Amino acid sequence: MELFLDIASWILMSLGGVFVFIGGLGALRMPDLYTRMHAAGITDSIAPILIIPGLMLQAGLTLASVKLLAILVFLLLTGPTASNALASAALLAGNRSEQVKSTAVPESEE
Amino acid sequence: MTVIFGFFLLTLLLITAVAIVQSQNLFVSVMLSGMFSLLLAVNFFLLDAADVALTEAAVGAGISTVLLLSALAITAKHEKAPSSSRVGALIIVIIATLVLIYATLGNPQFADPNAPVHQHVAPWYLDKTAEAIDIPNVVTAVLGSFRGYDTLGEVFVVFTAGIGVLFLLGTQPGPFAQSNPFKLTDPKGLRHYLIPRVVGRMLVPFILLFGLYVQFHGEYGPGGGFQAGALIAAAIILFALLEGENSALKVIPRSVLIGLIAGGALLYGVVGLFGIFLGSNFLDYSVLSSNPVKGQQMGLLIIEAGVGITVTGVLLSIFHAFAARGKF
Repeated sequence: MELFLDIASWILMSLGGVFVFIGGLGALRMPDLYTRMHAAGITDSIAPILIIPGLMLQAGLTLASVKLLAILVFLLLTGPTASNALASAALLAGNRSEQVKSTAVPESEE
Repeated sequence: MTVIFGFFLLTLLLITAVAIVQSQNLFVSVMLSGMFSLLLAVNFFLLDAADVALTEAAVGAGISTVLLLSALAITAKHEKAPSSSRVGALIIVIIATLVLIYATLGNPQFADPNAPVHQHVAPWYLDKTAEAIDIPNVVTAVLGSFRGYDTLGEVFVVFTAGIGVLFLLGTQPGPFAQSNPFKLTDPKGLRHYLIPRVVGRMLVPFILLFGLYVQFHGEYGPGGGFQAGALIAAAIILFALLEGENSALKVIPRSVLIGLIAGGALLYGVVGLFGIFLGSNFLDYSVLSSNPVKGQQMGLLIIEAGVGITVTGVLLSIFHAFAARGKF
């Protein structure tokens, strides 16, 4: 049982780490602001969902687990809100996506 | 492993510092300085300095970034090009760096138990805390009781800084503020942005609650007046950004803020004077109660409250002073 919990916890944390890495890669490599935010924003939500339960399995039924749960709830509330605020701020500041431009004026392409 | 992680963080700190200096865009610099503080906080935590880490995260990464952004709202967005040649400055910086590197050679090895800092008063503090004050967090005991004079000095530094900023910026809205479209906070706040507003409103009471927890749990875990003051000020600044500055001023008017700034420092000083009146030394809390240990704990609780009140008052006053100010 102990071993099983340990393995489950490591799987969850490693998967979370992979998502953080993908998010970081996306934020670096994607072409414009919105696609970068797409990469970073979504992985920033999924990574805590995986990593924090992984950490909770390590902590067991202790006060630390309760605190981790509180952190998870906080991150799940603030992360998407920050993404939303960033996207609407960018839109208000007049930042238009390259893709949107190219679909709006298709003849300018090619 | 911890050492490797520490070196990794220090390398990131160095990169961030160079990026701050390099960036011509002040907005980018402010954001990077927030990152710098957060990295520093993690580094402090790795070194088991949880209290310092909490302060750095709350003040450095949280409040300072907001205050710098509010300052930025009334100045330009870009750094001015240097007017004169910077060769002289470069030479001075290189010499200072070399002197500092030379000075580090005289430092004790990392984590050396025989380093002077671990031999001088630290063992005495560790021994005496359980006996004289009986609280688990030695940092609070050192900060509030053993070195109460230093902390009183720090509170007066915060007090003086707050008064200084208010002298420069004024406590009332300036002549530019009324007709000015470039204000930091919209009078209506973020009412038309539904999601940030709903989530923000939901978070404000919890941030306040956490601030009070940090304030009154400082004797048992990391925390205390400085951190709690920053957290409570952060909650009210968030409220001001969401609901507009005027709503926040209805919650805590300017006159109350001035009272908070002076009142907290005064409370700390008065507790010290009580020590004298009850027949002991300034800032000796043992005489506050018939049981010296209980007296120490009571004194710590009151002075931490004083610290928290002053820090909250100063940070909120600075924020409102910036927010009331129009763009030049």
